[in-house]
Amino acid sequence: MKLPISWLKEYVDVEVDAEELAHRLTMAGNEVDSLARHGHIDDVVVGEVLSVAPHPNADTLSVVQVNDGSEVHEVVCGAPNVAAGQRIAFARLGAVLNDPYSDEADAKRKLRRAKIRGVESRGMVCSERELGLGEDHDGILVLDANAVVGTAIGEVKGDTVLDLELTPNRPDCLGVVGLARDVSALTGKVLRAPSLEYAESDVPVSERARVTIQDPDLCPRYLGAVIEGVTVGESPQWLKDRITAIGERPINNVVDATNFVMFELGQPLHAFDYDRVAEHHVIVRRATGGETLETLDGAQRKLDTESLLIADSESGIGLAGVIGGKHSEITAYTGNVFLESANFNPENNRRTAGALGIRTEATLRFEKGLRADLAAVAIRRCVRIILEVAGGSACRGLIDEYPGRGDERTHVDLSPGHIARVMGIEYESAQVESVLSSLGFDFESTADGWRVAIPYWRSDIAIPEDLIEEIARIGGYDNLATTNLSGAIPSSADPQAGAFRRRVVDVLVAQGLHQMFSYVAVSPDQQDAVAGELPLPAPLTVENPVSSDHSALRSTLRTAVIEAAARNTRTWRGPVAMFESGVVFKRSEDGPLPDEVTMLVAVMTGPRMPLGWHGHGADSDFYDIKGVAENLLASLGIDVEWRAMDAPGFLAGLCAEITSGSNNPRVLGHCGQIAAEHWSQFDPSSARGFMLELNVDALEALVGDSAKGDSYAPYIRYPESHRDLALVMSLQTPVGEVLNVCRQNKLVTAATVFDVYEGEGVPVGMKSVAIRVVYQSDRGTLSSKQVDRAESQIVARLERELGATLRT
Amino acid sequence: MTDSDAATEHKLNSLTPLEDATRLEGQALGELRSAGSESELEDWRIRYLGRRGELTLKLRSVADLPVAQRRDAGAELNRLKSVLTDAHAAARDAIRNAGAVSDGTRDVLDVTLPGRRDNLGGLHPSEMMMREILQAFNEMGFRTVEGPLVELEHYNFDMLNIPADHPARDLQDTLWIDRKAQRRSLLRTQTSPMQVRTMEKQRPPVRVVSPGLCFRQEATDATHEWQFHQIEGLAVDVGVTMSDLKGTLYEFSRKVFGGDRKIRFRCDYFPFVEPGVDVSVDWNGRWVEIMGAGMVHPKVLEGVGYDSSKYTGFAFGMGPERIAMLKYDIEDIRHFFSNDLRFLTQF
Repeated sequence: MKLPISWLKEYVDVEVDAEELAHRLTMAGNEVDSLARHGHIDDVVVGEVLSVAPHPNADTLSVVQVNDGSEVHEVVCGAPNVAAGQRIAFARLGAVLNDPYSDEADAKRKLRRAKIRGVESRGMVCSERELGLGEDHDGILVLDANAVVGTAIGEVKGDTVLDLELTPNRPDCLGVVGLARDVSALTGKVLRAPSLEYAESDVPVSERARVTIQDPDLCPRYLGAVIEGVTVGESPQWLKDRITAIGERPINNVVDATNFVMFELGQPLHAFDYDRVAEHHVIVRRATGGETLETLDGAQRKLDTESLLIADSESGIGLAGVIGGKHSEITAYTGNVFLESANFNPENNRRTAGALGIRTEATLRFEKGLRADLAAVAIRRCVRIILEVAGGSACRGLIDEYPGRGDERTHVDLSPGHIARVMGIEYESAQVESVLSSLGFDFESTADGWRVAIPYWRSDIAIPEDLIEEIARIGGYDNLATTNLSGAIPSSADPQAGAFRRRVVDVLVAQGLHQMFSYVAVSPDQQDAVAGELPLPAPLTVENPVSSDHSALRSTLRTAVIEAAARNTRTWRGPVAMFESGVVFKRSEDGPLPDEVTMLVAVMTGPRMPLGWHGHGADSDFYDIKGVAENLLASLGIDVEWRAMDAPGFLAGLCAEITSGSNNPRVLGHCGQIAAEHWSQFDPSSARGFMLELNVDALEALVGDSAKGDSYAPYIRYPESHRDLALVMSLQTPVGEVLNVCRQNKLVTAATVFDVYEGEGVPVGMKSVAIRVVYQSDRGTLSSKQVDRAESQIVARLERELGATLRT
Repeated sequence: MTDSDAATEHKLNSLTPLEDATRLEGQALGELRSAGSESELEDWRIRYLGRRGELTLKLRSVADLPVAQRRDAGAELNRLKSVLTDAHAAARDAIRNAGAVSDGTRDVLDVTLPGRRDNLGGLHPSEMMMREILQAFNEMGFRTVEGPLVELEHYNFDMLNIPADHPARDLQDTLWIDRKAQRRSLLRTQTSPMQVRTMEKQRPPVRVVSPGLCFRQEATDATHEWQFHQIEGLAVDVGVTMSDLKGTLYEFSRKVFGGDRKIRFRCDYFPFVEPGVDVSVDWNGRWVEIMGAGMVHPKVLEGVGYDSSKYTGFAFGMGPERIAMLKYDIEDIRHFFSNDLRFLTQF
């Protein structure tokens, strides 16, 4: 909503400057987005046209003598409407004006001396557009005849316009008077309400027109007036100025009058050509199925049966509260006007406008809900303005169909205790009453406070809290006290949500991985390409996605993490190690909402370490990502089995399944090299990527109540002995099983691989594995004999069960 | 000299025990000075302080002395033991230090050569910001709760005093998942539905914060993303006031922005609070909006079966990305979901 301060001043004195006004309005809830000054241009003054003579060499130009208050200038002017005696806006040489011929809105040019068809022009008589005051460039701007010659143009035509971003609860502020009321309350200046007075003719309006409301649920009130003998034409300058200043285009005096009142009071009105309304009978009804209406913008609208129509006895003449009909619009030939000022159901209005894709200034107001009494005030104001600008005579009285009478709340009770209970501070009664009065609220005292009448312009007041906000915002939120919550902290047995996920995230970060967040809605094609073979149900889709790249809810994190890792290899020269932990969506069998499962996907690719001087060059491989998984699982205290197992999305033979539980193993996730066809979707280079995927919810279920913790076990105080085993075994033999055999010996407390070798010195098809075995007992120091015995037991088992022999 | 030689010499000794100790001290310290390597030092240690070392044997033979001499001789020999032990340790450290010099290590150490480092990982800046904010409120007794990203219209709008066909819905353009279902579902536009879900599950007092992703059907630019995080807060109890809201948010601001940073309340409208507040923080002399807040609307309280004549509450909601943009001077919100290591590694 644009608020020209010149217009605001019609209703309230403004003694603070524009910045301060903008600040106070903003603090009180009417946020001022921007502030623009118009019409203040150096070297442009009020000039007087002394004479107009034809240009010697051009028929459409004239040579004009202008007095600018200090001297007389001769200028060439192309405007048809220039005439001797006019007060005009005169630009001296050097003035910077808007360029009316440029395509750019704000293009400027500096006025220079010029010879036009042989006559030198020393200045310019300006149009609205050149001054940035409006769009008109068909002729010069003619100023009020009383304007003092020589005065800076800014003092005559200058204005400051505030652009407000209003909240949906305050439709009254979509009218200048509504904002003036707030300004009045915020600055302590008296509000001057616009006059509603006009002279009526002797003809009762009921003799001229009739209104029938057939669907009172959608139209609680409908007022009509008839103005006879109007002269439709251009609006007077003051009205055009108002309409222009608020950002609209003047149309004709009658339509401009209805728009003026809408922007003044916030009530949309509509003027019909009275003679085009069949039988002069206005019927307010729902459209019938398939009914169409040609609207003012020339479109044929197909209506549904929930659209509210303004009709005559033959057909629709307007779409209620949205847009008028073409057939009955005001034209130059209109002699009599039927003026509508009505109250419509806001939800229905919004629904109809939405269904037809029309957003008008009218729906912008009706959809927010207006009070029925506002229509009665606005129609009087509008009749007065039409009579002023278009002449004619108003029939006596108003048509007022009001089936919704009595349905609106009329008052709200407020008590000082209630105010204190909400705000935490006491307000003096006098202060409360002063704010209520300043906003124009009528009230009477009651036993424990006030009964406050809801004024006709406020549709947002329904409960005491609404009034409390009024008191707080006009008094200023700065006056609030600053206190701490005084009640007890609620007790709860539930852990902080997300704590487990944060634990997982921290372990990955500690291992050098970077956390990422991707979009939860992804491209279905991309997701299919990576997750197509996964045993996932069809993804849920977004009905109205921001783009097709974000139209499917993710059923896996793999797509996003692989994509990000692959993309980063092109711009990041170090290790690329990234992960995301977040939810994926699965259709649910037993509820309206999908299941949301928290997953973890980590991807590593590129060099293991940044380039450095102490050993580098090697790329990450399976054992890097496996190490990440092992550290994570160890930190959570979860024992798992690693099994070679091909899985979709991973390179065959280069994937492990991670399970927990020996009897009824549960798959926790997978770890391996990303299948080439998936990796190459995002990175056509030959780089390899390794991926870990774990179900975080499953991990959390295994860990259970983390508050319990794992119990501590006393460490063994007797010294340990270690022996190294150098073993030769088949390449097919899993080292994990060798380690298991070692660890199963009851004297062994640890077994660690410290070398794996194949090649020279080792038979083909075999590998050499070095294992350090630690022997220790909690009964006492082990003798070398005891260790020897245990070692030979292990060696014997290894040979028997796994075919691993000591290297000789 | 071997251990047995020393023993022999001891037997032949005709000096008094004290004289003998003085002689031994001079001899031992003299030999120690000429020991030039750790192995020579070790030989010396065995010779004097070893199990059969000269001093050890002398200490052992104190018992054989006449009673009158025992005390003084014992004290003197113990003093000597501690002198020799200390001298040995000092000589050993000196040889080790000298070794580092003589083998040249110190000469070639380039302290400017980069050390061996593990890869540094990093939390996402949104996560860092959220943890910081959540911790501030956790410390004030607000418990963290989380809710679904795909939410029912019922919780996202209806229960929050935003009925269908209400213009307040324009403030939050919605991404729909199923608009035709009996119970319509959407990607939640705000974390506020967790207010309702929390209150449905428990009676007052309530004090929770709820972080998570939110979504809007919105064109993206440097200051708008269609996906973003939000943190919701809610406190409901007897006697919760708007002054408490101000105090709580001041405390939050102190914890997260530090010091005496000023925050400003101005009137604003959100359908589920009344009165409503827009909270700005003083950022280098400029007021920057960081959250919406207000007193929980009585309709919201009544909707979950709370008696609004008894209980009051406040609620607030803020965007961690927006706050991170302030704190870290990030110019474009789209960086947050770009997952570019050139961005992520800076936090």
